[in-house]
Order: sequence, then structure tokens, then C-alpha cells
Amino acid sequence: MSVPRHWRESKRRYRLLGTKCKSCKKLHYPPRTVCSSCKSRDLEEYQFKGKGNIYSYTIIRNPPEGYTFCRPYAAALVELEEGEIVTAQITDCDLDHLEIGMPVEVVIRKLFAYGESGIIVYGYKFRPILPRK
Amino acid sequence: MKTIKDIGIYGYGAYVPMYRIKNSDIARVWGNDPERVPVKEKSVPGPDEDACTIACEASKNALLRADISPQKLGTVWVGTESKPYAVKPTATIVAEYLGATPSINAADWEFACKAGTEALQGAIAYVGSGMAEYALAVGVDTAQGQPSDALEYTAAAGGAAFIMGPSEGSLAEYEGSYSFVTDTPDFWRRQHEHYPKHASRFTGVPAYFSHITNATKTLCNELQREPNDYDYVIFHQPNAKFPMAAAKMLGVDKEKVIPGLISPYIGNTYAGSAMLGLSAVLDVAKPDDLVLCVSYGSGAGSDAFSFKITDKIIEARERAPNVKSYIARRVGIDYAMYARYREKIRM
Amino acid sequence: MPCMPGIGKKSGCDEMNDVAIVGIGCTPVGEPWNKSLREIAVESTWAAMNDAGVNEVDGLVVGNMSSGNFVDQESLGSLIADYAGLGNITAFKVEGACGSGGVAFRTGVMAVASGMHDVVCVTGVEKMTDVVGDSATKILANASDREYEAVHGVTFVGLNAMVMRRYMHDYNARREDICSIPVNSHKNAVHNKNAMFRREISLDSVINSPMVADPLSLMECAPICDGAASIILTTRERAKEFTDTPIIVKGSAVKVDTIGVHDRKNVTSMTATVEAAKEAYNMAKLTPKDMDTAELHDAFSIMGVIGLEDLGFVRHGKGAHFAAEGQIGIGGKLPCCTYGGLKARGHPVGATGVYQILELTKNLRGEGVVDAQNGIAQNIGGTGSTVSVTILGRDI
Repeated sequence: MSVPRHWRESKRRYRLLGTKCKSCKKLHYPPRTVCSSCKSRDLEEYQFKGKGNIYSYTIIRNPPEGYTFCRPYAAALVELEEGEIVTAQITDCDLDHLEIGMPVEVVIRKLFAYGESGIIVYGYKFRPILPRK
Repeated sequence: MKTIKDIGIYGYGAYVPMYRIKNSDIARVWGNDPERVPVKEKSVPGPDEDACTIACEASKNALLRADISPQKLGTVWVGTESKPYAVKPTATIVAEYLGATPSINAADWEFACKAGTEALQGAIAYVGSGMAEYALAVGVDTAQGQPSDALEYTAAAGGAAFIMGPSEGSLAEYEGSYSFVTDTPDFWRRQHEHYPKHASRFTGVPAYFSHITNATKTLCNELQREPNDYDYVIFHQPNAKFPMAAAKMLGVDKEKVIPGLISPYIGNTYAGSAMLGLSAVLDVAKPDDLVLCVSYGSGAGSDAFSFKITDKIIEARERAPNVKSYIARRVGIDYAMYARYREKIRM
Repeated sequence: MPCMPGIGKKSGCDEMNDVAIVGIGCTPVGEPWNKSLREIAVESTWAAMNDAGVNEVDGLVVGNMSSGNFVDQESLGSLIADYAGLGNITAFKVEGACGSGGVAFRTGVMAVASGMHDVVCVTGVEKMTDVVGDSATKILANASDREYEAVHGVTFVGLNAMVMRRYMHDYNARREDICSIPVNSHKNAVHNKNAMFRREISLDSVINSPMVADPLSLMECAPICDGAASIILTTRERAKEFTDTPIIVKGSAVKVDTIGVHDRKNVTSMTATVEAAKEAYNMAKLTPKDMDTAELHDAFSIMGVIGLEDLGFVRHGKGAHFAAEGQIGIGGKLPCCTYGGLKARGHPVGATGVYQILELTKNLRGEGVVDAQNGIAQNIGGTGSTVSVTILGRDI
């Protein structure tokens, strides 16, 4: 169990907090220290809005150690409104009715826990947009 | 009780997990009569949900409605009896998620089912005294009922969050509040136990009804009102029957209770219960409506609150999903999935 | 000395040595429960040294992905040199996830080409079966971005499955065509005594096998297994001292791409393969048309398909059809995965790239299953984050 590793990432992982290049305006998620587009090192925090569409997805039926509690679960490449793509789980969904292009929104969920006594790692997942009544 | 400054509800937000188990299914498993059950069905948190994630979404919804910067919050207080960590605050995670750190007072509150309204009294005092411009209080639980116990039929999951702020610009003006507390052990959970215990019928008259009616009457006296003067009345909802019986005792018309009565559809969300009921009322109330909300927490005590709706409610309520939307988002599961999701299967 | 064209140009040096393969050896791929990592590594190292007729080398490059996680052992350079009795030589491990073998081979080539070493052994080794299944799944996911992919419970199979779904979506490709990749690999493994699965499988059995990460099914995924393979490299000039059939390293390139699949402009093509192939073809002064055989990195069916496209054999979107037509079979236009590929020979991750070179060498020596003058091998680390492409040819 590594506490500092998760603590270090927690803010960005809870909130989908990325970076924006001050010189070429390119957005990044995951956050970077060197712009992937223009190599500038002048970057600032950028808060992604958390809405997007499924670019591709899969259903994980053989999860790695620590993730069986949600098995089976959907994982996706989510293309955010801002154009960046992030990897995340799709939660609260019907596994038989996912499709490329489906609109999704970000939520915070338990990603995994280090057993019964270790820390719980929380982070973003996406879900189908909640229908409003 | 009243505050020095004029304050009000600046934002509110709800969350209910989407899974439901029918009471008839629980009755079937334990050989009880599926017709004689306390509620129709109850909400069940998904495997990746807990009191913390529920508090986060409810709080985010409250922040959307309040339309303020999270940095302006003076408190993130989470009332719950289902803390993911026995030691380590849930509130710090919620505060970090919201972007409210580090100039913040964050803590978890515990008082059985009134932990959330206890935090709300605190938030009222914090803002009312001028210690902060805005204060967030959350009531949330992923309640556990021992398999086959009467509580298993109702112990549900959900939560609601309230941001108190200045009266000016609020969605509902705060008129006054009151807390009534005695030492009454009707329901408890000892340290290291998985499930709570209760004193059966002792939870009724000397516990729930005594505290609810005393709190309601005292607040109404202070405000020189009758309980039935309110347009909407919300009582803590351990089942579908108790709140209706309390209304009858207090002379409140049942139509005033029904809009905030959600336990028949999702069960008892413990610390979330009265606050979710209040959220459901805020989803439908009109400007100038008077709203009375009275919680109950075992151990025991009741917090009573009086609010007057403002015209800001109309616009604000649209900024986040309402309680009805969450109740309507429903996926039925059977007892086997329920047992798995609630970690009732020994691994 | 004529220099290796590509390397010479790139480094501005005309004095690079041409590099030749003079020895090969490996262990059978499988689940050798009674053998440790060091035992299989030593076995393959000596098999290659025996094949070259040497009893010493002056460098050992170990390709290995994750011995630290699989068997709690690092410092493989020392471990293997020590237990192989190679003395105080230059030895170290290089890593590029499932592409570690290819990266190690490239490192060995650089060592000999530069003149800093005379005779180098490259040993790829992985011992995966000392941990249980879901631990192995977790360790393999270390090939992806741990903090932004693996932490979300996305397995390595899952990442490839998302690539496959998008590929099927973009090119309207049929799953049954993609599934012809593992069918071909299994067919070719029957004759390979070192293969893990020496039996044919039907297209139906692949299509109907249980899903691991939809749309990838069990029979489309390479197995978790153990294995070690070794290559002895020396200069082309000295090669005839060791063998009558030296095989020449005509092109060698390793290229990387973003660690996360989500950061690729296009997930259905691997830029690292395209770039590595371009450099390797240039170096070899050869084109895809000159290749008589190809060892594709068919860890997942879809990777084989995309490999065919990225290596320049077919246009993008046409790989599945090409494979389904039988063009990749022995006797086809471009025999691929001639010893069973990753799917049927097995995929002991860090060793795989070296097995590929070994199999290509057999075919080029004329002791293999296809008659080839030139051949190509592609070894992928991660989901295309590290790719090595190697072109070998006969010494003529």
C-alpha cells in the first residue's frame, strides 16, 4: 500500500483537474508539466467540466487484484467536451446497452481499497447522464 | 432558537443510489409475509458507493444550486453513522472533492439518524453568528440492517446536503430551530459490531414520537404557530407509518406530509432521511410557503427547523437533479445481489 | 567495414559494425512448475551459446518486464551471468514491458555495432506463473499508465479491447475476420516443439470462447506463461567463425508513443510501430514487399491485425480481411507467426521479442518452416507505447 502516491494524486483524481498550456492553450488530462503539443513548461491547472461521450469501451470480466468487488464493470475511453480523452470506468450503467457516442458525466466513486484495513482510493468514474424528471 | 444574523438555505442537493430491493423479496428470504412489510422497497448503494461518495454528489448538487465558489464555504460537516473509516474524517474527502480546502472546518458528526440535522444546526449557528458566510452540512448513510432483523427491510442509502448562507439571496429563509434531547437508548451499535441493535417497540412512543412531538411543539410555541400552519411538514422517516402517525398526533394534515415522504420508495436513509424529505419539498414548494422539518436520532433527540420559501427557489432548483429524478432512476436487484453489494457474504 | 546504412547515417559514423546472429536457444514455453527464473534463463543462455559454439561472451543483455513483481527478484544481469557461470562480464537488464525482449535485442545490436562488445548474448526471460491469476493481471497492467489507466481497474486486455472496439467501429471490421489471427497462430504452433499450445483451434471456438474484456474473448488473448530465449550476436566479420549460416541484422529500431492510449490521436494504429518500421526498412534498404515472413505481436487478435497494417503490408482497415483470406498462413502471401506467435507459442512477456528473433532466424537459416530471404519481427510493449521492429536477412 502506498499512501503518498494516492494522496499526491487525490485532488486531481477526485475532481478531474488537468492542466492547460499557457502558450498554446492545449488542455491535458492527465495533467502534465511539459506541454505535449508545444513543449512549453508554462502550464496552469485546468478544471475539466466532466461531460463527454464514450469513444470506446470494454467490459472487464477478469479484473486485476483488488477490483473484483465491482466485477464485471465497464471501462471506457471518454472523449470530454473539451476534446481530451480520459480512461475511466463507467458506473451505474446497463452493461448491455453501452455504445460508442453515448453521453456520460463524471462522478466520484470508490476505485478500490487496500483490503479491509488499508486506505480507500476514491476517484472519477463516468455514468450515463442522469435523466431529469 | 434564532440566529443573530438573518440567514437562509442557500443551496441544497440530494443523492439516492439507483439500486432497489423489494421488501417482499427480503420477506421471502426470511419466511415472512411479503404483504406485511414496512416499505415497498429500499435503496441499495452500488459496490463502488459509500457514505463519502453519496455525500460528495449531494454536496456538489447543493453547491450547483448555491452557485457560489467552494472556497467561500466555512464548514464541510458530514453527519453519518456509516463512516467509511472509523477513524479519519469523511468530511476531508468531501471538502477536497468540492475544492473547499484548506481554509475550512471539516468534521464528521454522529447522532444516529439526526447526525445530519445536528450538523445543520451547527451550520446555522456558524453562519448565524458570522463565523462564516456559508456553511455546508450533509446528512448521509448507507445503513446496515442485520439480516432477518426488522431493520433490514428499511435500512437504506442516500443523503442530502444543505448550504446555509445569508438570508438575502437564499432559497428559504431560516425562521428558527430547536433541539430536544434525552438519554433514551432505543437503538445503538457497539464499537466493532457490524449491525445495530434496537429495543423493538421501545423505539416508538418513548423514543421517536416523544422526541418528534416535543421538538415540534416547542419550536411552534417559540414561533407562535400551530404545526398545521405549515404548508409542508417533514418528519424523520424510519418507515412509511411513523411520520403519518406523528402528523396525526400533531394535527397536521396528511397532504402536507406526503410531498416530503420518500421512505415508501427508498426506505430509511437514516441521517439522510429528514434532509432528503426536506430536499423533496424544496423541489416542489412555492415562494412564501412555510416548511417545517423535524428529524429524529436514536439515543435520542429531535432537531426542528422552520423555513419560509423565497422566490429564488424557482431558478435554483433547476441547477441540479431533483429527488424525484434520483428515485425514478431505479434498477431492481434480488436478495443475492443485495447480499453481495452490502458485503453480507463472507469472503 | 561497410556500416549498417541506417545506423551509420543516423550517428554520422561510417565505422559501425554490421551485426550477425550466430547462435539461438530457448526453453519450451509453458508452465515449468519445477523450474525457477534463473534456471530457465541459464538453460536458454547456454542453449544459444552451444548453438554458436562458444563458452564465453563479453556481454549479456537481459530482456525482462517484471521480475521484481513476478518473482521478487531484480538485478537479473548479475543473477543470470552468475548462475550461467559467465564471470565478471558486462550484464544488465533492459525493460520495455511486453516489448522488453525486442528492446534487449536492440541493446545487444547497439553493443556489437558500436564495437564496444565482441560477442553478446541477449536473453529474454519471464517467469509469470509464480503468482496467481489476478496478481498477474495487476502486474501486466503496469505496462500501462498506472496512475491514469491501471488505477481505474482497466486491465491490459481491457485497453486492447477498447482499441478493438474502436477499430471495428471505424472500419466496420468483422469480429470473425479478426479472430482468424489466433486460428493461424495455433495452426502454426503444431509443428513447434517449444510452443505452449500445439493444437489447432477452429474459428468457431475462438468466436464462442468466453469474453475476457469485450469484444476480446479468451481465445484471442495470449496466455500467461514462462519462457526464456537467447540470441548470440557478433560482428558480421567474425560471424563465420561461429556458424555457416549467420543471419544479418539488416534493420533495427525501437520507438515509443504516449504511455496512455487516451493520449493517441488515433487508437487504431500504433505510431510507434509505423515509425519503427520506417526506420528499420530505411536501414535495411528494403520495403514491405521484400519481406518473406513476419512475426507479429499477436498478444491479442486485434494487435496482429493492426500490426499487418502498421508494418505496411496492407492498408489501414484491411488487415482483418487479409488475415481471414488466408494470406498469413504458411504457403500464403506473407506467412505470419510461423511458430505459433504469442497466442500459441506463448507470451512470456519479456522473453517474447527474443523468441520472435529466434524463430525468424530459423526460417532464414533454411531450417524453419518457410523459405525466407528476409523477414521482419514486431514486438510491442504496452498497448503500443514501446515497439521494436527488426529486419533480418541472409548473409548474401
